[in-house]
Amino acid sequence: MTLSELKSLREKIEISKKLIKQRIYICTTGCRASGALELVAGFNEYIEKNNLAGILEIVESGCHGKCSQAPLIRLEPSGYYYGKVKPEDVSEIVEKTILGNEKIERFYTVTSQEGEKGFFGHQKKDILLNCGIIDPKKIDDAIGVGAYMQAAAALESMSPLQVIENVLESGLKGRGGAGFPTGLKWKFCHNAPGDEKYLICNADEGDPGAFMDRALLEGSPHQIIEGMIIAAYAIGASRGFIYVRAEYPIAVEHITLAVKQAEEYGLLGDNILGSGFNFRITIRKGAGAFVCGEETALIASLEGKRGMPRSRPPFPANSGYMGKPTNINNVETLANIPLIIEKTGKTYSETGTKDSKGTKIFALAGDVKNTGLVEVPMGISLREIIYDIGEGIPDGRNFKAAQMGGPSGGCVPGEYLDLPIDYESLKEVGAIMGSGGLIVMDDRSCMVDMAHYFLEFIQKESCGKCVPCRVGTRHMKDILARICGGKGEKGDIEKLEELAVTVKSSSLCALGQTAPNPVLTTLKYFRNEYEAHIFDKKCPAGNCRDLLTYEILEENCTGCGVCKKNCPVSAISGEKKEIHSINPNTCTECGKCFEVCKFQAVRVS
Amino acid sequence: MITTIDLEPVNKILAQIELSEKLTNGKIKPAYLIPLLQDIQDEYGYLPRKVLEHVSTISGIPLSRIFGVITFYEQFYMEPQGKHTIKCCRGTACHVKNGQKISDTISEILGIAEGETTEDGLFTFETVACLGTCFLAPVVMIDDQYFGNLTNSEITKIINKYSPKGDMP
Repeated sequence: MTLSELKSLREKIEISKKLIKQRIYICTTGCRASGALELVAGFNEYIEKNNLAGILEIVESGCHGKCSQAPLIRLEPSGYYYGKVKPEDVSEIVEKTILGNEKIERFYTVTSQEGEKGFFGHQKKDILLNCGIIDPKKIDDAIGVGAYMQAAAALESMSPLQVIENVLESGLKGRGGAGFPTGLKWKFCHNAPGDEKYLICNADEGDPGAFMDRALLEGSPHQIIEGMIIAAYAIGASRGFIYVRAEYPIAVEHITLAVKQAEEYGLLGDNILGSGFNFRITIRKGAGAFVCGEETALIASLEGKRGMPRSRPPFPANSGYMGKPTNINNVETLANIPLIIEKTGKTYSETGTKDSKGTKIFALAGDVKNTGLVEVPMGISLREIIYDIGEGIPDGRNFKAAQMGGPSGGCVPGEYLDLPIDYESLKEVGAIMGSGGLIVMDDRSCMVDMAHYFLEFIQKESCGKCVPCRVGTRHMKDILARICGGKGEKGDIEKLEELAVTVKSSSLCALGQTAPNPVLTTLKYFRNEYEAHIFDKKCPAGNCRDLLTYEILEENCTGCGVCKKNCPVSAISGEKKEIHSINPNTCTECGKCFEVCKFQAVRVS
Repeated sequence: MITTIDLEPVNKILAQIELSEKLTNGKIKPAYLIPLLQDIQDEYGYLPRKVLEHVSTISGIPLSRIFGVITFYEQFYMEPQGKHTIKCCRGTACHVKNGQKISDTISEILGIAEGETTEDGLFTFETVACLGTCFLAPVVMIDDQYFGNLTNSEITKIINKYSPKGDMP
């Protein structure tokens, strides 16, 4: 395919799209877990039965963002989003909204044209734009909304150095965690001597709580490929890899299909768009090792070895895959590239703060009403994300902390709700941007337990190559387990702090260097909780099992016997219709009685 | 118990490796080891030792190195797996939403610890770092099906549906 052929194909697709006026976009990626495919089948069946094929089209799209409403669909041209739709609702939706132009309040959750307020109002959808408006399995859909046009423009009219110049000027920083300037990384690799260079797309999204890379690969895979073509052209690579997490089967399926389709169109392979530039992409699945998100470990894994990091220098830009100059970028970073070429680096840099440019996608989850994927300009406050976009904490609970940046990040307390979020400000409060996981926690979350959770995670994922990480995190985990288990001792906090400093300063790779962050931030902002666990043997959040006692409130107990029946250790006694009681010596604090009691007669303290 | 392992499937996989993944002498590039092991596991359900020995002979990759790789990555198994794999998500969002209790309940129902397979060969129980479906927390995946917003009683019901014969509900 040549550039002019690509342009005329796009025009042809745009015209054919205009023939059908009504469309329903069903998220079949994230929402698949909530029955989206059954919904697609239901709509298609209805269309066939009622001869609506020329009037209404079903698009199997990517993620719409408001995942708490899954399965979520968007109706065009009204722009209404309907949530929690079931196959039995199909006829009602088509008859009332599609054919009758009537809004069904029961499903309605938000509209794409809602203006300033609500879920979409505070967002700036630049990178996620194509997620939810195309069928990611169809390259024509992607080309119809302009995919590959920026790669074509770069190949035709820009030199590799001009591309790098634009990316430098854009101020784009790596979205995978460390936040290193992307343009600079490209420049190092471009300048490295050698003809054989490699480009790797790091799609090993391992941070628990982050799922934006998954959504991009699933919902807009051609955007990633286009970003890779531009990056490869800039650094001079003719071969690329996408290292994708095997736990994401839909992402693997969609990106594999997208690469194949791009090859068939001549958008990958030899002499791309008649430019003389050659580039091929190979997909590699991860095999379940968190540490492989670290670039040198990822390279080792690609080389067929145990995924262990090595010390740097030499940096991959000089000696990476097979000892050749290699550039590694994260999925979201690469997804930004076509936009930078389209707008120019200078215009791109107008969004964001002084040192952090563009938008950032956050995966909003935990104790917040609207969970899902949100894209916001850098510099927005945590309050806007949690309370305006997320619509606050459910069940009338209070905000306690936001865990940002996964196991390398930290817990940001309520006092920083108005902090403008960017790479620098988060670092100042002890957290990191990381890949953009944002877990909201209400007052029932215990911060010591949170620190223990992350250290347990890191301990399990530590590759074992260097001692500080392998042994240090183990000791930290053990101390935290002891504190949560009611066996904390005086001096434990000091020991934790000492270990944290050592592990941070002497570990080989970022996994170990950042491992103490969850402990350090919780110690900094919630030290009193640690002290309550150690000295008072109490968990203020009512979370740590070994520190809880259960008792039955006489005034509420009806003697129904449900708790007695469900107690796994027979710690509850009492006759039918009489007040029951719990024997504290037998009770294992499992919480089952609390869960099953319908009369709020079980108290935890 | 001696089980005979059919080498036919692995030979077929080896024969289909693309030329670009081979060295000039026709041997398999060591860099291709992980995708190769993934293909073999997809076929056999696990990585039988005899198959690995065969791969080592054919490819020239030392058996020690193959074992090194297998034991490093969590998704490689050297023992047969259960008919159904239950993956309990232990991501941050799931943790905040009481995922630990779900994990404990599964262990209790099946009578096995994480990483083990039930005696009848019906279930393998695993925990995973994050399934990337945090909006459904707490989440469990059984084979390729997701179950979200779980409570203890729901997970009990779901697992019961898969037993006793292991047929889908």
